[in-house]
Amino acid sequence: MKGNSWALKLSAGFGFLFLYAPIIALIVYSFNESKLVTVWGGWSIKWYVELFQNEQIMNAAWVSLKIAFISATLAAVLGTLAGFVLSRMGKFTGKTIMAGWVTAPLVMPEVITGLSLLLLFVAMESMFGWPAGRGTTTIVIAHTTFCLAYVAVVVQSRLASMDDTLEEAAMDLGAKPVSLFFLVTLPLIAPAILSGWLLSFTLSLDDLVIASFVSGPGNSTLPMVIFSKVRLGVTPEINALATLMILAVSIAVIAAIVIMRRQNRFQGP
Amino acid sequence: MSVSSVAPQIVPKAAPTWRQSTSEPFVRIEQINKQFGDFTAVNNVSLDIYKNELFCLLGGSGSGKSTLLRMLAGFEKPTSGRILIDGVDMSNTPPWERPVNMMFQSYALFPHLSVAANVAFGLKREGLPSGEVQKRVADILDMVQLGHLAKRKPHMLSGGQRQRVALARSLVKRPKLLLLDEPLGALDKKLREETQFELMRLQEELGITFVVVTHDQEEAMTLATRIGVMNNGVIVQTAEPHEVYEYPNNRFVAEFIGNVNLFEGTVVGDERDSASIHCADTENLIHVDHGISCAPNQQVSVAIRPEKFRITREAPASLVNTTQGIVTEVAYMGSQSIYKVRLPSGKEVRITQPNVQRDADDRFTWDDHVYLAWDADSSVVLTS
Repeated sequence: MKGNSWALKLSAGFGFLFLYAPIIALIVYSFNESKLVTVWGGWSIKWYVELFQNEQIMNAAWVSLKIAFISATLAAVLGTLAGFVLSRMGKFTGKTIMAGWVTAPLVMPEVITGLSLLLLFVAMESMFGWPAGRGTTTIVIAHTTFCLAYVAVVVQSRLASMDDTLEEAAMDLGAKPVSLFFLVTLPLIAPAILSGWLLSFTLSLDDLVIASFVSGPGNSTLPMVIFSKVRLGVTPEINALATLMILAVSIAVIAAIVIMRRQNRFQGP
Repeated sequence: MSVSSVAPQIVPKAAPTWRQSTSEPFVRIEQINKQFGDFTAVNNVSLDIYKNELFCLLGGSGSGKSTLLRMLAGFEKPTSGRILIDGVDMSNTPPWERPVNMMFQSYALFPHLSVAANVAFGLKREGLPSGEVQKRVADILDMVQLGHLAKRKPHMLSGGQRQRVALARSLVKRPKLLLLDEPLGALDKKLREETQFELMRLQEELGITFVVVTHDQEEAMTLATRIGVMNNGVIVQTAEPHEVYEYPNNRFVAEFIGNVNLFEGTVVGDERDSASIHCADTENLIHVDHGISCAPNQQVSVAIRPEKFRITREAPASLVNTTQGIVTEVAYMGSQSIYKVRLPSGKEVRITQPNVQRDADDRFTWDDHVYLAWDADSSVVLTS
């Protein structure tokens, strides 16, 4: 890529500016001494200190992390199974429909996903009495539903690019199906599952719309608390919180990318 | 078990098992068919392979040779027919229970395991004590001269080293039957030749029966005790390498193995121990030293290998089994030269001659008018 023209460089610069300028502004203002968000009053970390003393936000953060962890884990398990079915099962009736189902949450507007899940939960409660009310459980189910799609796609593509003869070689060397799975297949797709897990974790942590539909009283997630606070006016505290969330999400996403890269280098075709 | 330390044994040369009518086959393939939807990959193949053979399945892509190998390994189920290994019907035996190991064309080394762990994989599945596993892994890695790389991961090895790891991994379980899918396909020419002889040495020392699938006829000729030539899902000829070369039983085999000149002709005389064929291309009669037992005036092809010709500037004494033409191409290959000679009919004949003398001044060159002659016993008549 030598000799990039100035036009290309300029458009790259604009792109980065467009993407990252708001984030950088946010981060800078989170260290603002002044109580007024828009007035610069010198550097300080006092809003971070205050943030950690705000019980409401800390509770919400704990709820969010818990939900993100559980739904990412469930999504990793179910998504892996879905990925296996999609890439390994030969033609079966409804395969296209299933592929559609699995990937639908990727393209479905969140409002619709949230609304339909809410309707489902209400209907289920009146029919089976479960899930009783809305709260952590319903948010976990909802998040698992759309995170599963991401895991399934990542795992499916990993399985598709995997050399089939590896599994045949394992069988040939005496591995029965169960040990074949745990000794060969699982280690080979583990990076894909892990990066799927990380993606799910960040998606769940970020989600506001679906959670708003399916959560109940006393179970507000972090994005919900931020959103409700922002409606009353932005405080520097929120800037600090947002900065921490950006940090967490960036770490998870970068980790996911690094893991995928490594696997491609060592195990790619 | 260090195989290389076994003293060479002097065994009286008996006729190979596959030539004795009383021998029990080690692998028996009985009327195997394999369909993939409408496509017949393997069509009614029956084949016996004997103990200690190095049997080559030779064919182009899509000939069914790999499918046949995969059925021996148990990865594919025959649509009909059955396979017996050492007298045991393998129809319902899954791959992990067969006394068979396979070396894959892609080598299929587990990328997440070290060389030693790759080789130990099969032994651990047998539940052997770890001391013995370690010992056998170390021994086999020494045998393939990779002991010093035991801790490496496959992606840190060269192609030739990976090939030897794959070989060690398939041999370490001491299978009764070793299947090799294009074992030398990914190696460069020099390494290929070395490995060919290495494989033959191992096979003789270990006494394991090998079945090798290859599309490379040279590889098959060098390695095999016998070759099964496959085309369109059928084994068209099963014979020892020199037989396949010198006595192909049909046009496909003659053309697939080595180079050959085919002359179309009509049988004009057919005795018990000789036959004459009229051929427009050679102008003179072609005489063969065996009967053909066919209908009179049948159309046949006469196959003559390029090295069977004698090429001269003077007209031969007899006209039978001779023809003449103009040299149109000369390729000097070092040990031999290849000439193309155009006959009066326009047909081009390929001829190879060894370069016996270092600086012969009378070597044939472009536009030379030459006579070609061959012996009655060096041509093969093909009726199919």
